[in-house]
Amino acid sequence: MTAAIALLARDVSLAWREGGAIGVALGFYLMVIAIAPFGLGPDLNLLSRTAPGLLWVALLLAALLSADRIFHNDYEDGTLDVLATGPLPLPIVAASKSLAHWITTCVPLALLAPVLGLLLNLSIETIPLLVLAMLAGTPAVSFIAGIGASLTLGLRRSGLLLALLVLPLYVPVLIFGVSTVSAAITGPGSPWPPLMMLCAISLASMILAPLAAAAALRLNLR
Amino acid sequence: MTLSITSLANPTRFLSFAGKVIPWLAALVVILLGAGLYLSFFVAPPDYQQGETVRIMFIHVPAAWLGMFGYMVIALSALGTLIWRHPLADVSAKAAAPIGATFTFLALVTGSLWGKPMWGTYWVWDARLTSMLVLFLLYLGLIALWQAIEEPGRAGRAAAILALVGAINIPIIKFSVDWWNTLHQPASVFRSGGPSIDPALLTPLFVMAAAFTVLFVLLHLMAMRAEILRRRVHALQQSRVAHAALAEA
Amino acid sequence: MDSPFTVALEATEIACERGGRLLFEDLSFALRPGEALLVQGPNGAGKTSLMRQVGGLLPLAAGQFSTTGAAHDVPIPELCHYIGHLNAIKTTLSVAENLAFWADYLGNGDVDAALAAFGLGPLAGISAGLLSAGQKRKLALSRLFTSPRPIWLLDEPSVSLDKASVERLGEIIGNHRKAGGIAIVSTHVNLGAEFTHTLDLVAQTRAPEGRAA
Repeated sequence: MTAAIALLARDVSLAWREGGAIGVALGFYLMVIAIAPFGLGPDLNLLSRTAPGLLWVALLLAALLSADRIFHNDYEDGTLDVLATGPLPLPIVAASKSLAHWITTCVPLALLAPVLGLLLNLSIETIPLLVLAMLAGTPAVSFIAGIGASLTLGLRRSGLLLALLVLPLYVPVLIFGVSTVSAAITGPGSPWPPLMMLCAISLASMILAPLAAAAALRLNLR
Repeated sequence: MTLSITSLANPTRFLSFAGKVIPWLAALVVILLGAGLYLSFFVAPPDYQQGETVRIMFIHVPAAWLGMFGYMVIALSALGTLIWRHPLADVSAKAAAPIGATFTFLALVTGSLWGKPMWGTYWVWDARLTSMLVLFLLYLGLIALWQAIEEPGRAGRAAAILALVGAINIPIIKFSVDWWNTLHQPASVFRSGGPSIDPALLTPLFVMAAAFTVLFVLLHLMAMRAEILRRRVHALQQSRVAHAALAEA
Repeated sequence: MDSPFTVALEATEIACERGGRLLFEDLSFALRPGEALLVQGPNGAGKTSLMRQVGGLLPLAAGQFSTTGAAHDVPIPELCHYIGHLNAIKTTLSVAENLAFWADYLGNGDVDAALAAFGLGPLAGISAGLLSAGQKRKLALSRLFTSPRPIWLLDEPSVSLDKASVERLGEIIGNHRKAGGIAIVSTHVNLGAEFTHTLDLVAQTRAPEGRAA
């Protein structure tokens, strides 16, 4: 147990110390939302209707940007070899690292979203629901990104390849994530069913994704 | 010759098996495809509402079926690679991917062409087309992963993991797309996908489906054969390099 | 060391495959507590691969490993310390933080012993990124002391080390052997340590009671 906590604590503190990576992800998020209106036009009505979708898509892209970091550093400096010979089963190692990504990248992005929502005239009442939906759905984002990160370890252009592999798998998260918010704005229906689905998908990802990620890590440890 | 999955595990036996079977399959494809196209375009009656354009369905629906079939082949091959360590499993998966992707693409294109006369747009985000599109993206991911990893054994195992992850996700994606669709209620497109198909349309459909299936198997065997030969050439080149290095040392 | 190690390691007809090529096969050796194996061979012969197989990072193409004297059901990788070519240190953490992490992660750790092993005590608070190549290697080797494990797998451990540190390394290996530990080492350098077995991967010969070349 202490091993798992030690690993999580180390990964979180490494991410904070390196600071830059999280800053870049937040900056990218801001950038995409900021330039979107230049493409869509300044019509506030249109923007407020597309805001949930835009905020979600941009969050996915920003999270993916930093996803290849999940295993890459440890793979490069040989730490992964030692982690694999430790007391933790490899799926737990993979889960811990995905969780660290969630804490250090997805949560800050989700907390930034309401601020960026203002740029898109997102209606204020939906902000708590938006943040809740993002916090509920982003564990799936991090854990599925972990699969992509472990599959693309050490490859050239791994960042782009990772995104290509993983984006189709995000379709359910995106659908339910946006529906939670737009159900509250435009109806029909209540936001709770999609929110429940989001939680279910996240929970399932947290359990199953590390198994796939660990299999891919074993492959790359050879 | 005893034919079983295990007896075909030997690449040489597989090559000789494939060599014998391929000409017969090719002939079968020509016959079935000919019959199917004839039935589709000359025998089947035009639809009450859609007129002649319904004939695209005879290509679109079987292509969609084969697209999904292809992914099933890949998923089964993935299990073969990861669990049973069957030596030709990753060859099978690698060979099936472009074929399945092409059938899926064909389904998307014919679906798009079918839609144009009906609603004036080339694309509509209805549940079936959208699911087909996501399936196509999953295929692209698999192909990209194969291209990216050089060593075939490692590429095969990595792709197998991705294929299984995709296979598990497909029902979830399908469910979420259907749900999303009912939420936004666009024009429901392909009513002919349901049980309301006129029996007169079923025969050409199944003949075309059979033709496409045999075509898939034919192309699959040909592609597997090509991949095995490619790997042999590569191995020969590698051993030549190794011998030269030993001679220098 | 409070209690001596009692683990023996045996390899039975193991084979190794990398990149589709068979590196070696039908290889067998047995190491009792306190014995040490020197692995030799040209680059690419499979020295690293062999050690990674013992450490559980590379699967065996054939054969098996077995241990006696280990606690119940402990898998072999958890009995090993693998020090490979890479140092496995985090440059943004300090020396002490690196060692503390390994002590916590690998279990039963003693950070002070690890710091003392190669005299890194004065550098404890320094960020590992600022260390010289030799100091980084010493830090990597100090991991051996962050957790007591019987089997040491050392792949070219003396790279970047100065003469005094190489001697220290030889001492350390000797102490480990006296405590009943096993060492499998690949090196081209005279570490000043004695090896009970030598394994030449190209010739696949085994010579008993030899000194390291």
